[in-house]
Amino acid sequence: MTVSPHFFLYLAVMAGVTYLIRLLPLLFVRKRIKNRFIRSFLYYVPYAVLSAMAFPAIFFATGNIISGVLAAAVCITLGLFKRGLVTVAAGGALTVLISELVIMLI
Amino acid sequence: MPIALGYLAVSFAFGISSVIAGLSWLEATLISLLNLTSAGQLAGMPIIAMRGSLLELAATQLVINSRYSLMSVSLSQKLGLSVSLADRFFVGFCNTDEIYAVATSYGGRVGRRYMIGLGIPPIIGWTLGTLLGAIAGDILPAILVTSLSVAMYAMFIAIVVPRAKEDMPTLLCVVIAVALSCMFAFVPIFKVVPSGFVIIIIALTASLLMALVHPVDDEEDADPCRENGQGDAKGAVDPAVSLVDDASATDPAPDCSCDATSDATCAREEATR
Repeated sequence: MTVSPHFFLYLAVMAGVTYLIRLLPLLFVRKRIKNRFIRSFLYYVPYAVLSAMAFPAIFFATGNIISGVLAAAVCITLGLFKRGLVTVAAGGALTVLISELVIMLI
Repeated sequence: MPIALGYLAVSFAFGISSVIAGLSWLEATLISLLNLTSAGQLAGMPIIAMRGSLLELAATQLVINSRYSLMSVSLSQKLGLSVSLADRFFVGFCNTDEIYAVATSYGGRVGRRYMIGLGIPPIIGWTLGTLLGAIAGDILPAILVTSLSVAMYAMFIAIVVPRAKEDMPTLLCVVIAVALSCMFAFVPIFKVVPSGFVIIIIALTASLLMALVHPVDDEEDADPCRENGQGDAKGAVDPAVSLVDDASATDPAPDCSCDATSDATCAREEATR
């Protein structure tokens, strides 16, 4: 199996940073963060990160911009109707499958 | 365990994305086993696959996973006397959004056995899902793999959209982030910036701006769940990353958990049943 020594270095850095972020407060901080600005900042981070990672990447994820855009539209629509995570993912994947098949036939 | 099952689905998508990016199934599985975080892993994975800089990787994880520090601070006060110093090393490892949400919604302090029982199944689900996804990515026909490759992005959309629909500031934050993201993707001068740094710049810009313009309410007095220690969750648990929330399964006060982890999570909860 291909696992390069390089990979372990990356893995160690990645897992190390993630673990320390979670561990250090458990060991050393026992009181609650009151600062409203910090709390607000940490509230917004995930939304900013997730939307930046989804767009515009999803348009190009399939290698065909048509199926990518269609999948994004279906996902957003399902999201507006508050469908579950797996439902939205399945809807997106199905949209790509159907549109790719149609494109192949045309 | 509902969390473990939810993780299985999400990490399946991560496994597929990983082999598409060029990682082996073993590498993808190791990443999941040792990191146990969805957004951080998906941002870090391309950096590893493309042999980006270690600094970029470390900085990306620091920014994206910064929210966990707040959860750990909060969870720290929730742990009972049976949780030893050594146990805290384990709790720190498995403090994900969902596990945090369940632990803090438990009435009273949580013990050692509770945390171990709460933590182990999701670790297994997350790792196993990645393994299955990576294998599926290797053996399924190309057209199916292409179709499944949007699954991860679809899940991000499923997390963000319901919340952005309800909450104007969150919507504004999303709009800023997407606009910046498009700028980095399409404007030639910005295309040279590595993907990890792009995410960091966007996360810092959008979040700092929104925290200045529209700080979130603590709602300490208004929150009926305060006595459960659940009030902490309002600002600290990010529904944005609560992939699956089975809080109501173990929660003595389900209404409170729904209130604190947002309607979006509740909607998903219903859907996963």
